[in-house]
Amino acid sequence: MICREFEIVSRQEPIPGVFDYKIHCPELVAEASPGQFVHIRCGERSLRRPISICALDRGTGELRLVFEVRGEGTRELSHLAAGDRMDILGPLGHGFELLDPGARAVVVGGGIGTPPLLEVARHYGERCQAILGFRSVKNVILDQDFASACGTVVCTDDGSWGVRGTVLPALEAALQGFCPQIVYACGPKPMLKGIQELCARYPVRCQLSLEERMGCGVGACLVCACKTRAEDGQENYAHVCKDGPVFEAQSVVFE
Amino acid sequence: MANLSVNIAGVTLKNPVITASGCFGFGREYEDFYDISRLGGISLKGMTAKKRLGNPPPRIAETPAGMLNSVGLQNPGVDAFLRDDLPYLKTKDTVLIANIAGSTVEDYCEIASRLADSEVDLLELNISCPNVKEGGVAFGVSCEGAAGVVRAVKRHARQPLLVKLSPNVTDIVSIAKAVESEGANGISLINTLLGMRIDIERRRPVLYNNVGGLSGPAVFPVAVRMVWQVANAVKVPVVGMGGIASAKDAIEMMMAGASAVQVGAAMFSDPMAPVKIIEGMESWLSGHGIADVGEIVGTVRPWS
Repeated sequence: MICREFEIVSRQEPIPGVFDYKIHCPELVAEASPGQFVHIRCGERSLRRPISICALDRGTGELRLVFEVRGEGTRELSHLAAGDRMDILGPLGHGFELLDPGARAVVVGGGIGTPPLLEVARHYGERCQAILGFRSVKNVILDQDFASACGTVVCTDDGSWGVRGTVLPALEAALQGFCPQIVYACGPKPMLKGIQELCARYPVRCQLSLEERMGCGVGACLVCACKTRAEDGQENYAHVCKDGPVFEAQSVVFE
Repeated sequence: MANLSVNIAGVTLKNPVITASGCFGFGREYEDFYDISRLGGISLKGMTAKKRLGNPPPRIAETPAGMLNSVGLQNPGVDAFLRDDLPYLKTKDTVLIANIAGSTVEDYCEIASRLADSEVDLLELNISCPNVKEGGVAFGVSCEGAAGVVRAVKRHARQPLLVKLSPNVTDIVSIAKAVESEGANGISLINTLLGMRIDIERRRPVLYNNVGGLSGPAVFPVAVRMVWQVANAVKVPVVGMGGIASAKDAIEMMMAGASAVQVGAAMFSDPMAPVKIIEGMESWLSGHGIADVGEIVGTVRPWS
């Protein structure tokens, strides 16, 4: 685990309010795996902000982070420019379990939940299908990145781009036609709940990446609670930072 | 090199910096950052007789210069602690402080009894948790409640007993004196200040528990004031906490009267904060020609 400042290589704003950073941090990149996150210090603020890893370039040692400005902390982070230094703690948490690339996988991303799935799509390549859902054409991010890695379907709620509607009909079609061994998903909770139910019905193994308001990021303070159910039916509060952010879908209880 | 070791209720700490309960788990999570044997002590995650799930999320909200939390004493219970965590902690050369909580006086007594034969060095009686519906802070807001639970626990406890006080009271000094008179061997303060934030778009509290405990630099001046008042009123040692984020803060707290300090929320932005504070205190003391950290305790000179 690493905690120090690293230099920002580039900063872009692909759509208003969403920022795409590349940071040079070879030792962190060497340790990290898809689905893990980093915890970033926001100036003098009391709490760091957890940001999932979008891409890892082992060749250049660059970490790519794509995040949306949600509040004051992420707004402060978005003011960092190329050449500035970012105080990063990571890599943290348990990432996605990647099967042999010969397996078939579907990744389902909703809105700002799409970034952590990019490395998963690259792992499976053409044996992956990506289903990306957004509110509208003006919210679409990373579609070109996914399209260059694997077959990609974009859905928008208002039909202004790609398929009209949520990701669920597209996922159901993929479960029937593409027959994946595993589904990976990240996005808003109602979407994840729908994916959890759909995958349970078929049944197909599914891993979900969750988010929750976070404190320490390492599993000590216990604030980022997520209700889980064990195989024996016993409920517990697991912690997104340490036990997650990736959980087996059947273990998650959406409240 | 200045001597940093301090004595709290008969227990020697190699330095006065203790990680605060609830911010450091049972220690394992921070081992990747530094050797936790460097710490003066660890105040362990608040534990109860039986496992507790804690409150539903969200459990945390950032505030100006601080944070609110409402974890609600999630912990595996004392038996799991003794089985799974204490053996690991005993491999570390640091003082172990078991922070104990309960809903009833009997709960506190049960857990003190279960720990009596264990190798924890000190008990810290948590009568100040604002995030549980029963017990917790209810014992800490009246002299009678606080005195009653201390009196009962003292009959079961083998280790020296610190009592962690709530700042959510009108007269902290009278409560400190009440617990001292029942045999408390030390007093730690302050626990968090009860607070609330509201998401104005949703018209909902940010915390699912509606209210939570405020900590961080925002509470530091309140903590210094209360430590100063209590340290001037009792004979037992005082452990000061509340928003300490730097070596200078720790020195200020000790000048107010604390014999040792606890560091909590500061670790969330900087996991290395306790180590930096230990090193910074050493360097400040050496720079000022002070041979022993004990020489600064309670040395603030009030104006009148």
